[in-house]
Amino acid sequence: MSQQTAGTLTTETKRSSRPGGTLYRGREGMWSWVLHRVTGVAIFFFLLVHVLDTALVRVSPEAYNAVIGTYQTPIMGLGETALVAAIVYHAFNGIRIILIDFWSNGVKYQKLMFWIVIGLWVITMLGFAPRHLMNVFGH
Amino acid sequence: MTAPVIEAPRSPARPARKGVNWEKWGWIYMRVSGVLLLVLIFGHLFVNLLTGDGVDQIDFGFVGGKLATPFWQWWDVAMLWLALIHGGNGMRTLVNDYATHRTSRRILKGAIFAAVAVLIILGTLVVFTFDPCPAGSPADLLPSFCPAS
Repeated sequence: MSQQTAGTLTTETKRSSRPGGTLYRGREGMWSWVLHRVTGVAIFFFLLVHVLDTALVRVSPEAYNAVIGTYQTPIMGLGETALVAAIVYHAFNGIRIILIDFWSNGVKYQKLMFWIVIGLWVITMLGFAPRHLMNVFGH
Repeated sequence: MTAPVIEAPRSPARPARKGVNWEKWGWIYMRVSGVLLLVLIFGHLFVNLLTGDGVDQIDFGFVGGKLATPFWQWWDVAMLWLALIHGGNGMRTLVNDYATHRTSRRILKGAIFAAVAVLIILGTLVVFTFDPCPAGSPADLLPSFCPAS
């Protein structure tokens, strides 16, 4: 038994130069967590600005139109695409987190679910990005 | 004389703390609001960016037309409250993880709380005191249902 354990450990050590005992670090679990934090912070700061710009509807139609017009420029159009990409990832990975917490097999399938999140993210962005970029660059 | 009670192995060393477990309710809030926000924000993005001319259609007339109906007023207010508290609580988690000094933690959390509170109050007031047809504004900037001035 001990021989087999040692054998497994040796193979594991030889295959990667990572320190031992890192089932988590550098793998799906860690990167999904990093992306969740980074996208969350980005969305939060956008939200602060977005509430302020929308509040201009209370000031005057001219003030609101002047500011919202800047959202329709090509650079902001690319920024909106990145923002939606961040939101879609954060939303789908949030569902994955809930499943890990509450579904009895959640932990077992967390890596598979990360790749499902990425797959659904790609599909959603393939639906969103062309349509949005056509609106931004097509007029 | 009764025999001394020997507790079972691995029984909790201390009794559960009294009072509301705010961290637990925060944890639950992130999950419940997260699911609601997925529906609300995906709907928001679909209606504003994927219908009609997308981002190009957004102007005072478009937003005024939406915010003139109770449906979109409550949709937007629900998004406002749920998203700002969800985001503020997430930022609080990051401060707890990365800010190492008690003073910097307190300042950062105070700033997060102030930003969230001010924007929730501002946004709620805007949605419910909003006039889609402000007097004296050019008719071509207003929603189509406004009486011609």
